Amino acid sequence: MAEKKSYLQEFTKGIIKENPVLCLMLGTCPTLAVTTSASNAIGMGVAATAVLVCSNAVISLLRKVIPDKIRIPAYITIIAGFVTIVQMIVKAFAPAINDSLGIFLPLIVVNCIILGRAEMYASKNPVLPSILDGLGMGVGFTAALLCMGIIRELFGSGTVFGLQVLPVQILIFILPPGGFFVYGVLIALANKLNTKAGKKVVDSPCQGCPMSKTCKSFECAKTDSEISDKEVAENAG
Amino acid sequence: MLVKSLVSVFLAAILTENYVLCKSLGICPFLGVSKKLNTAVGMSAAVTFVMVLATAVTFPIYQYLLVPNDLAYLQTIVFILIIAGLVQLVEIVLKKYIPALYQSLGVYLPLITTNCAILGVTMLVLQKVQTTSAFTYTYGHALINALGAGIGFLVAMVMFAGVRSRLESADVPKSLQGLPITLISASLVALSFLGFSGFVDKLIPLA
Repeated sequence: MAEKKSYLQEFTKGIIKENPVLCLMLGTCPTLAVTTSASNAIGMGVAATAVLVCSNAVISLLRKVIPDKIRIPAYITIIAGFVTIVQMIVKAFAPAINDSLGIFLPLIVVNCIILGRAEMYASKNPVLPSILDGLGMGVGFTAALLCMGIIRELFGSGTVFGLQVLPVQILIFILPPGGFFVYGVLIALANKLNTKAGKKVVDSPCQGCPMSKTCKSFECAKTDSEISDKEVAENAG
Repeated sequence: MLVKSLVSVFLAAILTENYVLCKSLGICPFLGVSKKLNTAVGMSAAVTFVMVLATAVTFPIYQYLLVPNDLAYLQTIVFILIIAGLVQLVEIVLKKYIPALYQSLGVYLPLITTNCAILGVTMLVLQKVQTTSAFTYTYGHALINALGAGIGFLVAMVMFAGVRSRLESADVPKSLQGLPITLISASLVALSFLGFSGFVDKLIPLA
């Protein structure tokens, strides 16, 4: 019973508590770029979820085989393989989605949610929880994208999923500035709810970034500039 | 005509097709490393360097190795491995031979492998080769495009670092503090770049 509950938790934590987009600030590029319509958002979310579940499963299976030193290139290769498969499937069965996602479909390979889950979860946990974790994070990503997609499509084109809802169109919402704005407002909302629940809010995209362990450049991790300068010197020496 | 088209590609990559503000690529470093001017400049310099280098390598590999052998579908996997390898190589070479440069740029390099702007630049330029009709898109155009994209990244980062330093002394409502207000100011900066749309075509008519 206890076992079952924890599996459920692995799945649900990605949807609300640790939502990759709204709480961990991961995957910002696709979030801003492809949410110009609700259907685009779903296409992106489903494609990324498929890659995330598959790569989490394989990385978890290989977690004892991959040497620690070359783990990042190994993860990237595995992820790139699955991205290529997903790209081919989308091209064959949903060419319209392929056209509207464009460059952002292959760019799933550098989506930090996927590398982040590989580094933080799949490399340390057995297969089944890793798959559930990937599925949960994927659903959370899709939900956040859909939320943004609906808002931007509603105000920007006056439609939801292509159906006319509003008589007016505020074009700016489907342009890049509208993306930044809607995302900012959604994060503000998530922060407000998180603070009310007494949780800490993320104030920089670096904190959830999978590269933050190897990257010494963040001023967000160290507010004191002296420390980071010292680390830079150490790193160089 | 060649020079004209090169200038047009360069200006377009900086202003009208700015990778950060118009194409939403490379947002993580844009939001994460733009708090201080010197880190913003350092990051942008490293990004520009790797962008040009990566395009210089991936463009011929795609055109003369992958396409003739019907392997174009391997583009994603080949490009990301090339970029990862290049970044490692640059890191090792800088560390060994130019330690001064390594100190200023090296710290940003690990982050660059997973920066979608780099992969985006190398891939988008190939789409342009297929779609541009006004002039033939050559290797030179691809390199200039990568340089322009890097400089565009620098412009966006430096502008945004300035905005953020002013923001620090602003009185922001509590729930907007931190990232939300940063994103909303990014929205305004992006809005200002919308003003450039059509600018390059008007300035340098090609067709």
